[in-house]
This record gives sequence, C-alpha cells and structure tokens, in this order.
Amino acid sequence: MFKATELNLRNEQREKRWRLLFLLMALLLILPVLIILILLVYRGGPVISWSFLFEFPRNGMTEGGIFPALLGTIFLVVVALVFSVPLGVAAAVYLSEYAPDNWLTRTINLAIINLAGVPSIVHALFGVGAFVLFFEFGTSILAASLTLGIMTLPVVIVATRESLQAVPHAFREACWALGATRWQTIRRIVLPNAVSGILTGIILEVSRTAGETAPIMFTGAAFFVPFLPESVYDQTMALSLHLYTISTQVTGVPEDLPFGVALVLIGIVLSMNALSIAFRVYLRNKKKW
Amino acid sequence: METPPPTPDAPDVLANTEIAVRVKDFSLWYGTFQALFAVDFNVKQGIITSLIGPSGCGKSTLLRSINRINDRLGYVRTEGVIEVLGKNVLDSDVALPQLRKQVGMVFQRPNPLPLSIRENILFSYTLHTPDARKRTKAEKDQIVEEALREVLLWDTVKDRLDHSATALSLEQQQKLCIARLLPVKPRVLLMDEPCSALDPEATAAVEELIWQLRGEYTILMVTHNMAQARRASDECAFMLMGKLVEHADTAEMFVTPRHKETADYIEGRYG
Ligand SMILES: Nc1ncnc2c1ncn2[C@@H]1O[C@H](COP(=O)(O)OP(=O)(O)O)[C@@H](O)[C@H]1O
Ligand SMILES: [Mg+2]
Repeated sequence: MFKATELNLRNEQREKRWRLLFLLMALLLILPVLIILILLVYRGGPVISWSFLFEFPRNGMTEGGIFPALLGTIFLVVVALVFSVPLGVAAAVYLSEYAPDNWLTRTINLAIINLAGVPSIVHALFGVGAFVLFFEFGTSILAASLTLGIMTLPVVIVATRESLQAVPHAFREACWALGATRWQTIRRIVLPNAVSGILTGIILEVSRTAGETAPIMFTGAAFFVPFLPESVYDQTMALSLHLYTISTQVTGVPEDLPFGVALVLIGIVLSMNALSIAFRVYLRNKKKW
Repeated sequence: METPPPTPDAPDVLANTEIAVRVKDFSLWYGTFQALFAVDFNVKQGIITSLIGPSGCGKSTLLRSINRINDRLGYVRTEGVIEVLGKNVLDSDVALPQLRKQVGMVFQRPNPLPLSIRENILFSYTLHTPDARKRTKAEKDQIVEEALREVLLWDTVKDRLDHSATALSLEQQQKLCIARLLPVKPRVLLMDEPCSALDPEATAAVEELIWQLRGEYTILMVTHNMAQARRASDECAFMLMGKLVEHADTAEMFVTPRHKETADYIEGRYG
C-alpha cells in the first residue's frame, strides 16, 4: 500500500533539484552585502580613529577627519524628521481613522503613492525651486532638510497607517460603544498600540535619509565648509556628499580614505536598523493582545 | 442548565410595564439594501428581552441602531423612531457619548481594551466624569471593586487588577466587558450574542450573571441559541428577514407561537 511509483520517485528527484536551485539563489543575496561589508571594514577600518571622527578635513580634504560632515548629516536628518514626523503621523491618523471613502481621500492616497515614486533628483529640483528660491531660505540646512522631509513623508505616512490599521477594529468599537469620541479612542487606545510600528518605520526612514545625496546636493549641502553650522540657515557638509566629493572631485586623496567615510555612513545606517529591530522586539513583548 | 432561581423581587420586575426602548416604524438601509422593515418593538424596563431569528435577519442591525454605533458607516440611512427613556435617539440634538453612557453594549467576541483590568473598569468612568483625574485612588478602588463584585469577578481577579485584561479567560473577559459598563450607571444593556464565543460552562456562568443584573438594568439580548432565549429571558421577540414577526412572553412564545414562521423557526426549520 502507498508505495512510491516510478513517477513519484522521478518527481521527488526533480523536487529536490528545484529546491536546491532556489536555495542557491536565496543564498546569493547574502553575497553582495557580505562583500561590501568585508571590503569596507578591511580597507576603511584602519582609517577610523578618534581624530578621523572628530577633526576637520585638512589639506584640500586629503587629510584630517570628517567631523563637519558627520555632524551635518545628523543635523540634516534631525531637522527633516522634525518636519516630516508630525506631519506624516497626523496625515496618517486622518487617513486611517477619520477619512470617509470619497474622492478627496482617494486623491490624497494617490498623491502619496505618486510622491513615493518621485525620483530623488526630482525632489532635489523641487527643493531648489520651492525652498531655496521661492521661500528664499537659500542653500541651507533648512532647505535641504525640508526637501528630505518631503521625500520621506510618504514612507512615514504609509508606515504609520499600517501600524494604525494593525490595531484590531474591535478595540475601537469597544471604545465608541463606551461613549468615547474618535480622538479619545485614538489617543488612549489606537496610538499607544501603534507606536512601536510607527517608530520602527521612522527609524528605518532615518537610515535611508542619512544616505541620500541628490536631494541635499543643490539645496544645502556643500563640498567643503570651513566651520560648523550654527543655525538652520547655514550650509553644511554631509557624509554622503563628502564621500562623493573625495571619491570623484578632488585629487590626491589616499585610496583608503573614502572607504573610511563609507564605513561610518554604513555604520550609522546599520546601527539605526539594529535599533529599530531591537525596539520592535521590545515593544512586541509588551503587547497586550 | 437549570433556570436560575427567581430573585425575590422577580414579581415586581415583571409587574413593571414601563417601556425603556420603544422602536416605532423603524427601517434601515445599508446603501440600497434594506435590512430592517418598519420594525415596531417595545422593550420593557427591568426585564430581559431576547431577540432571536436566523442569521442575517437583522438582529445585530436593530441592536446597533439603538446605541447608534452604526452611525460611523457613512452609507446607512434610517427612517422611523427609536425612543430610549422617552427620547428619540435619532434626533440631531442627541449627544452620542451621553446616549452610549445610558445604553451600554456587550459584543459577541469579548473585547476588553488592551489595558489593565483596573483601567478597563475605569475607562468609561474617566470618559464621563469631568473631574475624574482629581478623584482619589480610594474612590476609584471602590468603583473598581463594586463593578467587579457585581459581575462576580472580584474574588478571582482582586490580586491582579494591574494585569492585562486580555490575558483573562474568555469567560472572565466577557464578565469584565459587562463590568466596565456599570460604573457610569447605564439604564439599558444591549448584548449581541454575549455567549456565542464561550464554551457551555462559561455560557452558563455568564447567563447566570446576566440573570442577576435583571431588574436593575433593562437588558436586550440577541441570541442564536434558542435554549438560551428560553431559559434566560422574560420576553422574546422573533425576527425574520428584517421584520419583527412576533413578540411575546418567552414561556408563551415557545409553547404556543402565534405565527407559523415562529413555530417553524423554534422547531428548527430555518438555519
Ligand atoms: N455593515 C454592513 N454593511 C452592509 N450590509 C450589512 C452590514 N451589516 C449587516 N449587513 C447586512 O444586513 C443584514 C442583517 O445583518 P445583521 O443585522 O448582522 O444580522 P444578524 O445579526 O441577525 O445575523 C444581512 O443581510 C447583512 O448582510
Ligand atoms: Mg449578528
């Protein structure tokens, strides 16, 4: 009874071969990540030191450190978040909790999808037109951060909306039936239970923003600034642009220097990702349903 | 399960003829689909009225119209009148939080909020008490204890009031969902198949609890379970395809139904 026939056996062989093929393809994915990391650590690792992190570049950026660029990147990202997080979360709360299904809502949703699809260089041009020229912020941290902020807005909105919608509907209904208004329901039940997802989305977004070059290149980041930014109206250096500059625009840069900069940049991104994962695990364990 | 022993005040309860909820010529449409057809239905104060009928006949719809929880659906249209304690709740001057304070609702699936047991009980109290923040802890403890005692849950949970409510058993969750309505002293309790997610033992326990609340609150309970309607309600209404077919004393309805449809349903000839 139930003995495998010739056909069954042949199919089983085939099954194994396909499975192996797919596994190999999946493993292949690890390869580029691994190579990049190894290369960066191997060549960039020796470059990194306290003075590299905390000194100004010297001698036409062929020597010295990356402090203004490091600080500039942090500055740009923080200002971008100050702008995009409140706006994005508020918009997502409206779309998920209040918006009726009508043409206005559909238009807003369409706009978000399209905004997410706009290439970053186009955002850069928009930033120049709107913030640098029209609002007369000049090339400044403010203009660059607003450009970054607009670029990250769709991601913040989508991450927030998804986290809000992951909160079971039964909780909302229970609240309403007790006489809570929508806002009371959102503030006391929905947001507290969605916050882990929202924060994860934001942190992931930070790591992406930190690496962007195009949107800041024309709007507020400069190749070289001999002083640290003092206000949002100053120009600043940024890691991503600095990497581009010393790799392609100046001569006489030691070969390993760009790898050091890249390692710092990737270090920021990866540690942000790690933070977001740790955070998610922590909050998931605290979940109450 | 046996019929719970009649409480001492039972005769009084039944002698009461005041109407707590009066549904008059009420129709409801979901978009173009008409779910309720000119329903006339009076729910007497202080007793348990059960609402039975095959799935999809509009029991939940009727129940959810009374506390207007269906309002948030933009495509619902209604005609007619629903009076609760003498006031038409469909009037535009009705404040929904006030309506829902007076008319509590228990859902099919126990849905405690993802908060502690204590916070669940105090939730509606906080919503409806203007200076709730200033009340002392002792006062709040008192409220929590009273509500939990009333649903026979106090002894089981008194040592873990700060634990998550969602970790309780389904039976305990459903009792908690009833308890959290009580601190704001509602007059009417709407229950939509409150036991259908529970096993037989838990069902018996929750039924017993509901029976204990009888008299103090007007209870309108939808049930899928005919045995439950029969043993745990004073009056019974039968709905079919959006219409209220028959409404009578439970004992009378199950012995001598006046309509053929009712008889057919009671004998199990519909799903
Ligand atoms: N939110 C809704 N939107 C559209 N139709 C609905 C909605 N809720 C219920 N209905 C329809 O209304 C009818 C009555 O449903 P319901 O009141 O839930 O019945 P019951 O509780 O008796 O099973 C059903 O035909 C159902 O499909
Ligand atoms: Mg139903």
